[in-house]
Amino acid sequence: MTDTRHLVVVGNGMVGHRLVSALRDRDERGEWRITVLGEETRQAYDRVALSSYVDGRSEEELRLAELVDPLVDLRLGDPAVTIDRERRTVRTASGAALTYDALVLATGSVPFVPPVPGKDLPNCFVYRTLDDLDAIKEAAAAAVARPGPGRRSAVVVGGGLLGLEAARAMRLLGLSPQVVEIAPRLMPAQVDEGGGALLRELVTGQDIAVRTGVAVWGIREERDRLVATLSDEVELDADLVVFSAGIRAQDALARSCDLRVGERGGVLVDAACRTHDENIWAIGECAALEGRTYGLVAPGYAMAEVVADRLLGGQATMTPEELDMSTKLKLLGVEVASFGDAHAATEGALEVVVNDPVAGTYSKIVVSDDAQTLLGGVLVGDASKYSTLRPLVGAKLPADPVAMIAPGGVELGADVLPDSAQICSCNAVTKGTLKNAIHAEGCRTVPDLKACTKAGTTCGSCVPLLKKMLVDEGVEVSKAICEHFTYSRAELFEIVASTGIRTFTELVQKHGTGRGCDLCKPAVASVLASLGNGHIHEGEQATLQDTNDHFLANMQRNGTYSVVPRIPGGEVTPEGLIVIGEVARDFGLYTKITGGQRIDLFGARVEQLPAIWKRLVDAGFESGHAYGKSLRTVKSCVGSSWCRYGVQDSVGMAVLLELRYRGLRSPHKLKSGVSGCARECAEARSKDFGVIATEKGWNLYVGGNGGATPKHAQLIVQDVDQETLIRTIDRFLMFYIRTADRLQRTAPWLEGLEGGLDHLREVIVDDSLGICADLDEAMTRHVETYEDEWRGVLEDPKKLERYVSFVNDPATPDPTISFVTERGQQVPAPRPGDPEPVLIGVPAFGRQEVQR
Amino acid sequence: MTTTDERPAMETRDTDLRWETACPLERLQPERGVAALFGDEQVAIFRTHGGELYALGNVDPRSGAAVLSRGIVGDRGGEPTVASPVYKESFSLVDGRCLDAPGVSVPVHPVRLHDGLVQIGLR
Repeated sequence: MTDTRHLVVVGNGMVGHRLVSALRDRDERGEWRITVLGEETRQAYDRVALSSYVDGRSEEELRLAELVDPLVDLRLGDPAVTIDRERRTVRTASGAALTYDALVLATGSVPFVPPVPGKDLPNCFVYRTLDDLDAIKEAAAAAVARPGPGRRSAVVVGGGLLGLEAARAMRLLGLSPQVVEIAPRLMPAQVDEGGGALLRELVTGQDIAVRTGVAVWGIREERDRLVATLSDEVELDADLVVFSAGIRAQDALARSCDLRVGERGGVLVDAACRTHDENIWAIGECAALEGRTYGLVAPGYAMAEVVADRLLGGQATMTPEELDMSTKLKLLGVEVASFGDAHAATEGALEVVVNDPVAGTYSKIVVSDDAQTLLGGVLVGDASKYSTLRPLVGAKLPADPVAMIAPGGVELGADVLPDSAQICSCNAVTKGTLKNAIHAEGCRTVPDLKACTKAGTTCGSCVPLLKKMLVDEGVEVSKAICEHFTYSRAELFEIVASTGIRTFTELVQKHGTGRGCDLCKPAVASVLASLGNGHIHEGEQATLQDTNDHFLANMQRNGTYSVVPRIPGGEVTPEGLIVIGEVARDFGLYTKITGGQRIDLFGARVEQLPAIWKRLVDAGFESGHAYGKSLRTVKSCVGSSWCRYGVQDSVGMAVLLELRYRGLRSPHKLKSGVSGCARECAEARSKDFGVIATEKGWNLYVGGNGGATPKHAQLIVQDVDQETLIRTIDRFLMFYIRTADRLQRTAPWLEGLEGGLDHLREVIVDDSLGICADLDEAMTRHVETYEDEWRGVLEDPKKLERYVSFVNDPATPDPTISFVTERGQQVPAPRPGDPEPVLIGVPAFGRQEVQR
Repeated sequence: MTTTDERPAMETRDTDLRWETACPLERLQPERGVAALFGDEQVAIFRTHGGELYALGNVDPRSGAAVLSRGIVGDRGGEPTVASPVYKESFSLVDGRCLDAPGVSVPVHPVRLHDGLVQIGLR
């Protein structure tokens, strides 16, 4: 290993991290050992998603994959302080001297803070690192907690992308943000005057005050608060000031060793990202490629890839496409996109604008002087056309330019794009690659394409185009439930809800064909039950119920059933436990504690079910709906009643929620959990809806599940009171029930929802569709009409009649059912053809005893 | 198969059959089966929405559980079916063949309506 060379990477941000992982991936012979010098003491994290830290994402979730590798020496909190280019040596803050064969500067950028008096006062912050956000959170919490009238406020200096993110963070932290931007419009780098005007209107509508065309002249302290004086002599009171007015390349180290820097800062590099010193490279925000710096992560990643290739003897260079500054984002619920020559800087460029102030949309495309070639564009309010327009930059226009952006104009699909066009610019996936994935790799769905090509996995803006491509290539799967209905479950729900049809027969005669099957009947049964249609075994409904709903218990592999009484929140009295134990003993049932904090009793024959239920119901239990596509359990930790750390009564909340939503039929099962503090012992974030207590109230997370594809639930509202929490869950559940596909759980439903979590929040918190009153009413009706399904059977002789083994011999047990004893309890006897048990290292002793 | 309007059923020509009564017709809810036991033979009996009666062996061949009577009754391309409640394969009510697994089938029993009683023909 004497010929191993030493690479020193200065900086452990996203781009430095990408370089190290790219080099380690490709350097199969171990040519390079790598030392990384990081200024922050934290592991590398996703700085692009920094603002989500305020939404409740943790540092761990933001962290990039850890580089554990014998050839990588990661030194955190030990920044480089000097570079001796002649001796090829870097000296660090701790005094270490490292000799390098190659040195890569990935020092990133520093926030630009205008040199105004008072900029360093307490409660003045920048918005760049997790440490900055921790400090901001703390100051905001202190401000909010301070007694006195009026809402606490923050001045955000800078109205660009970062400034608007900071403003949103301030709002989330409970402050009133006021944005001050020196340019005449918001997001001046991305949008033009017309787009900026609309953007301002949309942002102001969300309680964010905006002042453009003014600068901050100074900041002073006054009566424990700050006062910002603006260039128009307006004075703004504030509890916090956040500077987010842009960034400057962090090139101090380069300057100190006389590396050449650009006129506007940044270490000058060539197309291979090499400085004029052949042993030193620069990548990311600190590099000035042909004199220009790039403040986005995608060009930084491309530079890291180029350098990794070069270090291994390759000849890669940066291509103009990799320096694409196109962006699409959703800020404060407002979509903004900008691509190509957005400001029509090309000579002779023509601008085509469609401005619809009523709909709140602004679209502009920039075309060449002969109106033949697309050069760029700006979209505000509705950026859905971004995914088709951006790949067309530089290509011949496929249609009349006005029609391409006008509402009701030409609908552009992937079919107009050449195979070389990049559909996913984040991961550089071309149309040709996606076509290959569909035809050669057999991808059939958007998740297939994501897994196979990485397209759509970063910003997600190309997902609509992926869907269109699947249709164009002829593989989009029909949403029809089965051969009897051409409708999806959501469409059937709408039909049933709006027509008042309440029987399957009427529905299939008017809107379908044939007599249904095991796909459509349970789906219709669920829709009817969600709309409140009495006992699920009433009349014809009984014939629609799936296996488990058919006998209100869970069928096991030998045709017996398991019985699960409801134990709300997992809270049970000793008397209750004794009754369950006695019932299990008397009926010879196998017992097991479930993952949802209740008790499952296995091995009941169909004719035993009513007697078992009667014993349980008489003791105050009811059906736990373990058999239904409905609410299962609300799991809880013990919470503030007992726990030394609990901040709220999580058991009480879990009981309340379980009793509210019990029996609610839904497209798939629903699980929930309530944790009494941030330690999250109830694992609420692995649930369809999870609640976590905070000092101030409750956080609600939605769309999680365990199972084969685990998903963490996402934060939808924060620090809300009980009333708001319940109202939000009510609406979430009802909206899901109305719009999800058959057997689609909340996580894939949310993933497939156009606009995702933001859209969901708009619908159920801001009532953007005007349906919340309906949703609320539907849930009220459910709560008011809930009845125990077991009791419903016990009290109706007609329904009880079904619970026999044989219609001509009601008391004789099914002779095919037999049990053996295992670990002291009965389990189904093996049948011929059952897989042989696998022995794990120990011989099986003892004998299995067959019972009849 | 037979119909509930008491037309003579074809199967009655088979003189080797022993007819056993399962239940009164009104005990059979359309599209919801029942199980009956004759000796050690289990039969699943169905009445369709249109009123026809069918009887199959009650044992699901894949799981071995005697539960076909608890499946959902419907049709596939017009052919009346029951879906096994265990692993959801569909079986033709007409000839007992599994529509989802070639070569698999369940026995079919003659069925008739006699004086308002549902009767199964056993050999």
